Amino acid sequence: MNWNFIIFSVIKIAIVVGVVQGMVAYAVLAERKISAWIQDRVGPNRAAPPFVKAIPGLGPVLIRLGLFQPLADGLKFMLKEDFTPAGVRKVYFWLAPAIAVIPSMLVIAVIPFGSQIGHQQMVISDLNVGILYTFGIVSLGVYGIVLAGYAANSKYPFLGGIRSSAQMISYEISMGMSVIPVLLIVGNLNLSQIIGWQSQHGWLALYSPVSFIIFLVASFAETNRLPFDLPEAETELVGGYHTEYSSMKFALFFLAEYSNMIASAAMMVTLFFGGWTLPFWGLDHPAGNLGMGIAHILVFLVKMLLFVVLFIWVRWMFPRFRYDQLMDLGWRKFVPLALVNILVTAIVLWAKS
Amino acid sequence: MIVNRKPLTLAERLYLPAIVGGFRVTIRHALRSLFGGKTVTMEYPEQKWAVPPDYRGAPYLVKDQDGHTKCVSCQLCEFVCPPKAIKIIPPGPAGELADRPNAEKMPHEFEINFLRCIYCGLCQEVCPEEAIFLLKDYSLTGLSREEMVYGKEKLLALGGVHGGIQKWKHKLEEAKEQENFPVKV
Repeated sequence: MNWNFIIFSVIKIAIVVGVVQGMVAYAVLAERKISAWIQDRVGPNRAAPPFVKAIPGLGPVLIRLGLFQPLADGLKFMLKEDFTPAGVRKVYFWLAPAIAVIPSMLVIAVIPFGSQIGHQQMVISDLNVGILYTFGIVSLGVYGIVLAGYAANSKYPFLGGIRSSAQMISYEISMGMSVIPVLLIVGNLNLSQIIGWQSQHGWLALYSPVSFIIFLVASFAETNRLPFDLPEAETELVGGYHTEYSSMKFALFFLAEYSNMIASAAMMVTLFFGGWTLPFWGLDHPAGNLGMGIAHILVFLVKMLLFVVLFIWVRWMFPRFRYDQLMDLGWRKFVPLALVNILVTAIVLWAKS
Repeated sequence: MIVNRKPLTLAERLYLPAIVGGFRVTIRHALRSLFGGKTVTMEYPEQKWAVPPDYRGAPYLVKDQDGHTKCVSCQLCEFVCPPKAIKIIPPGPAGELADRPNAEKMPHEFEINFLRCIYCGLCQEVCPEEAIFLLKDYSLTGLSREEMVYGKEKLLALGGVHGGIQKWKHKLEEAKEQENFPVKV
């Protein structure tokens, strides 16, 4: 264990966690703004710290875009009363938000968000079993939600928790199986190596589009986003699993949802769209200097944000699935499709070799 | 009539038309509200809606065409007011006289508590002098309870001159016509 490794890891962790938290805050703003535009509304455009109005020209535009709304939202969450209902199981009730948040932050640890700056690889932990780790951690995320539904001792959160356990377990299977063709093609579980393979041979979404589609739909289900937001289902279950939560504990569930979204966007970019590489301008091999290193990080962020926007956009497009349709889609469409996909990929690879 | 359900085509079972349609509709609306500026939102404090002509806003006291107080302190509105929002203090036997010729008295004090007022319009309906009207004002705000009790001066100032209905002028004309009315014996 050398000190260099520890110091650089801590710095990387701090930066990544900070950036992800900031992105969560602004993803909420993006959600509100995009929903507003789609629904012919204006969206948040009032929040303004006192000094910003004085900036000529730029100030009103920033306020109009609602760029300070996340600050106000955060402050509001902090200042709200943290209410614990009388009937709840207190230990689990307090534990659940933490269990929901931690996995969503942990997933990001193995994702390479850039090539290298200096001699530091831009990934917190370059695990050899990166994908296995990701699926292991992602499947822990369901415990937070189920525990929240159970601990609240109230019927709507309970229904939300039950639905989420069934839904997330079902879609985890098709999600996991959708990645297997990718692994067959690349022959490696390390996410950095997968990106390296893609920089040589082209994006994996072109090699295995069925995998990508299954992964995309399953990640909508995994992150509880519409059209698969049955655990929350505001119109049916009040607020779903977080009905009884308030203040910062509710904010943690929010944080978990959005950082899950960011994490699965990052996973999709890494697995199917070449991670930090672009096939032109010499961006497809590890950076030699600082400028290229930063350019790689920006490429990754842009790709990821496109997926986050897709997540948000789809939410305002489709109605919620009915529960039996959801299960039908998961078990009777995606699982067989993923199996066939594995088989076809294997046969093609065998024929080629 | 029985409408048979058509079996879904393969594309429909794959949700393809729905997905394409969803993207098209949402992007159209998003671009229109983002770049075309066609939003349905009315940004309230800056833009206000035009209230309909029969809108019941806040009741205020009005003045006649000469700027005199129309109210004669009969207290009918005070008695009819369902939430008891109106309080009138009459001038009393030795109080001040009305400021217009064809009335005996005017209120010493006239208060409407807008925390109680329900904008029902009964005061306007009951007033024999047509001195109180529900005008167009809505969204009355104040920083204290005391501030929300409007006194006579404030109500008269807010109500303004209401020259449209000139009850006593018309009564005078009617009285003159009565004198000229041909009486058949």
